[in-house]
Amino acid sequence: MADRADFADQAMQFAPQLYSAALRLTRNSADAEDLVQETYLRAWRSFAGFEQGSNLRAWLYRILTNTFINKYRAAQRRPSETGLDNIEDLYLYRRLGSLDASLSNRSAEDTMFDLFTDDEVKAALEELPENFRMPVLLADVEGFAYKEIAGILDIPEGTVMSRLHRGRKAMHKLLYDFASERGLISSDPVGAEPHTADGTHQ
Amino acid sequence: MTDCNDTLRELQTFLDREMSETARSVIHAHLEGCPDCLEAFDFHAELRVVIAAKCRNDEMPEGLLAKIKQCFGEDPEVEISTH
Repeated sequence: MADRADFADQAMQFAPQLYSAALRLTRNSADAEDLVQETYLRAWRSFAGFEQGSNLRAWLYRILTNTFINKYRAAQRRPSETGLDNIEDLYLYRRLGSLDASLSNRSAEDTMFDLFTDDEVKAALEELPENFRMPVLLADVEGFAYKEIAGILDIPEGTVMSRLHRGRKAMHKLLYDFASERGLISSDPVGAEPHTADGTHQ
Repeated sequence: MTDCNDTLRELQTFLDREMSETARSVIHAHLEGCPDCLEAFDFHAELRVVIAAKCRNDEMPEGLLAKIKQCFGEDPEVEISTH
């Protein structure tokens, strides 16, 4: 078993990212703070179950998501998953790709960075139903591999992949909707498509 | 020669780095000769960087670190202090 003091030191370094993840899950700072504290308390108490050499960060995220599911999700009405499957592939790219490319002479990443506000990106993720929000958060924000996400959420890898696929599309559509509402983008995508509807080139 | 539909179908798996080296090299070969697909891949790669950056910049509430340290102060193996 690893040393407890070492464990505490190593675990502490993940506090800022665990707090951000907790905020995306609970959507308010008071609950996020409670969730992070509870995660560390549970980690400390079940420390004997942690295998030295295994991934401490993944283990903490497993405790975080389990605690969230048990403690917070039960209290909420199960969010609707309808509408998740009617989104075409490359939804955002087909509407924004050319805008992004034409916006300026700055680097593409800067341009994309300015297309959406921080609050919009956070809101797009937070609006996803939890079953989809957790895999997208773990993959796209935290950078975990499919296998790690499957272990953290206790679901098969194939389920991770299909939820990521659907969740990302839904998130991209929300981003597009936010940008449209702000008037940033004309809501008519015609002429803005780098690829034709069936994916072949023009 | 892989076509664009096959390549675009693998976009997320490619960006997730969940592909064999052989499969990656097939995608790379297509992207080298196809600016349209390359643009789509670049767009999504940039989008990921932006999403990750904007979703993890929250400031921790003051005092949270101290509260976490308190969790570590608890001795889970000894119920009653022996002092």
